[in-house]
Amino acid sequence: MNAIVTARNLSQVYEVKRGLFAKPLGLKAVKETSFSVEEGETLAIVGESGCGKSTLARILTMIEEPTEGELEIDGKVIAAGRTGDVKSLRSTVQIVFQNPYGALNPRQKVGAIIEEPLKINSNLSRAERREKVKALLAEVGLRPEHYDRYPHMFSGGQRQRIAIARALILDPKILVLDEPVSALDVSIQAAVLNLLADLQDRLNLTYVFISHDLSVVKHVADRVLVMYLGRPVEIAPKEALYGEPKHPYTRALLSATPATNPDERGERIRLTGELPSPFDPPPGCSFNPRCPYANDRCRAERPLLKRHGASEVACFAVDEGRI
Amino acid sequence: MSHIEAQEAAEGVGSQIPDRKPEPSARGRMLREFWYYFSENKGAVVGLWVFAAVVLIAILAPVIAPFDPTAQNRDALLIPPIWQEGGVWPYLLGTDAVGRDMLSRLIYGARYSLFIGLVVVTLSVTVGISIGLLAGYLRGWFDTVVMRVMDIILAFPSLLLALVLVAVLGPGLVNAMIAIALVLQPHFVRLTRASVMAEKQRDYVTAARVVGASPFRLMVVTILPNCLGPLIVQATLSFSSAILDAAALGFLGLGAQPPTPEWGTMLADAQEFVLRAWWVVTFPGIAILITVLAINLVGDGLRDALDPKLKRS
Repeated sequence: MNAIVTARNLSQVYEVKRGLFAKPLGLKAVKETSFSVEEGETLAIVGESGCGKSTLARILTMIEEPTEGELEIDGKVIAAGRTGDVKSLRSTVQIVFQNPYGALNPRQKVGAIIEEPLKINSNLSRAERREKVKALLAEVGLRPEHYDRYPHMFSGGQRQRIAIARALILDPKILVLDEPVSALDVSIQAAVLNLLADLQDRLNLTYVFISHDLSVVKHVADRVLVMYLGRPVEIAPKEALYGEPKHPYTRALLSATPATNPDERGERIRLTGELPSPFDPPPGCSFNPRCPYANDRCRAERPLLKRHGASEVACFAVDEGRI
Repeated sequence: MSHIEAQEAAEGVGSQIPDRKPEPSARGRMLREFWYYFSENKGAVVGLWVFAAVVLIAILAPVIAPFDPTAQNRDALLIPPIWQEGGVWPYLLGTDAVGRDMLSRLIYGARYSLFIGLVVVTLSVTVGISIGLLAGYLRGWFDTVVMRVMDIILAFPSLLLALVLVAVLGPGLVNAMIAIALVLQPHFVRLTRASVMAEKQRDYVTAARVVGASPFRLMVVTILPNCLGPLIVQATLSFSSAILDAAALGFLGLGAQPPTPEWGTMLADAQEFVLRAWWVVTFPGIAILITVLAINLVGDGLRDALDPKLKRS
């Protein structure tokens, strides 16, 4: 196994204008994030709203350029301010969006939507493209005759299949799935997740699966990266994370996941307070205002990711053996 | 076969459902749907028929007009319409001060009005959409500059600005059309820009960007077709205001020049006879009224049918 995606110290700062004369504020959506994704695995990125998951997805798909750090995808390096290889990587990384209703152009037929990447990136003839799209439609569980229909004739689940087909038409190696099932009914969710698992096996795809739904993540992920306020706080294989969560934030997240079996329900850890404003993150560990284990060191110093068993955790309490 | 299909096949899912016939054509379906919403509005349907009649009259003008619109008949000055005392066959709607047949002039006038509407709308729509598309897509300083210029144009009363422009360019039908197009074009710029800004945020645009679509392709192929609904409505309504403005300019002597049988110019020519010969002013006025009203009704119907543009997706 080798890493197909390696992120080193990625940061993304957005300038937020506050008015004509006020100095624009820098919003750090993602801060010094490093991680890697192995070929063929599914890395899930979880965290609450506003923690930088989607920003990370936008950086990975090269929609946005990181303000700092570098990203190595399939052996090619994209660094802040240098975007030379982006074009050749277009077909390597593709994305599936959360909302299947907004992700398809309402004025284009399904065939045209799926074909568009080919039209832009290849010299295939019309007939060849058509052939390829029809084959792919069958592969994602749609029918070839859907080629000539408009998106509004489809249900949410079918639309998501169309979006997946569009992402796959260029034979990418990496698929970034930005909450691909959270807008769907639970029954449809399962079907789409199965389809994704199926495709991964067959096409040897690497997934970066962004979600806030921990039960979905448990179903699909190989490894999980937990983000809090723009930084990863724990990166661990799925079994380790769900079996033995280390970071206090991960524990709180997991305890909030509903369980179907009453015996499995553990004690609910309630976090107090709000997610701190990303404009004004607290000093030290960004989780310290809500952390039951925080001490003076946590309020002054920022913990780095350290290996503990199978997991990597950024927490002094874990380092010091207090939990 | 994906395993879902395999599962479905094993369970016989869908075996009872007869294969739906492929729909005849999606475009035909959309047209029918459009007509359904459009015909809900009875006024719009009436407007469409009237407008169609005006178009037909304009096309067939040489065939149906009894006289040459500029031919003067010294023996038949200011003859009243046929149903009034003193009316003479074949001058159905009477004659004007130099003995030209009113009906023929009105029939030929329809050509001018439609021509003006068409040229002005084409001009302002193409220019307005291009500028609006660029401004909404690029944002930044270009957007700021363009929108401030548009604000300035909008700050002038439209007819006054058109007047000034014609005064600069010189009177005449072509210059009047250019002036009116320039005055109407900021509406298209604003409308396009607003729609483009809203559409640009949507995921399908991002998706097109991720596969490497060029900015030109994004603007024209991806975004623009989704902004057309309100623009079609605006274009229709501008058609009528173009006719109205051209008539006003003609009335002020800055549009079409006599002896052109343009409705506004006809009104201007007839000013001095308002009290003596009501028909020379009334008929051109009614012609303008009917045409503009019909187009506005069609515009309202289009708005009903197109504007809630997301109802189908």
